[in-house]
Amino acid sequence: MLQGIPIASVLIVSSFMFFAGVCGFIIRRNMITILMSIELILNAVNINMVVFNKFLFPDQLQGHFFALFIVGIAAAEASVAIALVINIYRRLNSISVDKVNEMKY
Amino acid sequence: MALNVLMFYLLSAVIVICSVLTITTTRILRAAFYLLCVLVATAGFYFMVDYQFMAGVQLVLYAGGIVVLIIFSILLTSHINHKFARPEATRLIMGVLVGVSGFALSTIAILKYAFTPTTNPAMKVDMQAIGLQLLGTGKNGYVLPFEVISILLLAAMIGAIIIAKKGK
Repeated sequence: MLQGIPIASVLIVSSFMFFAGVCGFIIRRNMITILMSIELILNAVNINMVVFNKFLFPDQLQGHFFALFIVGIAAAEASVAIALVINIYRRLNSISVDKVNEMKY
Repeated sequence: MALNVLMFYLLSAVIVICSVLTITTTRILRAAFYLLCVLVATAGFYFMVDYQFMAGVQLVLYAGGIVVLIIFSILLTSHINHKFARPEATRLIMGVLVGVSGFALSTIAILKYAFTPTTNPAMKVDMQAIGLQLLGTGKNGYVLPFEVISILLLAAMIGAIIIAKKGK
């Protein structure tokens, strides 16, 4: 335990963040806000990785490296997703997921 | 109350309030700002558990890189004063239901499970240990995922350029 902070309280904060992201993913209809919800979810997972590493296995660094790689993958994902959003906006003039159904037949 | 416990509650309050505001605010630029607050509070959290390198990566890549990208794309695609319409009731109810039930379930699971920390002596996390493990090939070496992620980043960069460039 880290000087008076139990691991459960940290995990509760991060799971709150995770489900806030899930909730936003369902509620929101704008592509960029959906992307923000995904960032919230990934960030919550990162907190979990680091906390498990620090509180339960401080003799190793595995959770730390997992979190590092997740940050890198999140950056790649965000750049590709934003390129897609800009391209969709240019073609359809809207980034609402309700209106982007051009590829349906 | 010890100072670090106070700090923990402060950071937790910022994370909880701002992550709710991120998904409920009707102005998209404010949502990006609240997301920035969440990410910076997370970096503060990494500083608290003494992972300075992770906190630096969080600040540079998330708070510095991704949020700036998101703000750029907001400015390119929507009006700054644009307000969202409130989501329709069924979707709102379903989303809140999923969020609340999932949070309750995971909270119960967390509180019931007895976490047993290892008894091995703690490892000193400095830049040298991180670098040696990140580029190590033996036990606890991470050179293969490191190389794979470098190729992934290159592919993502080329893909983003190709997708976002103007067609003929």
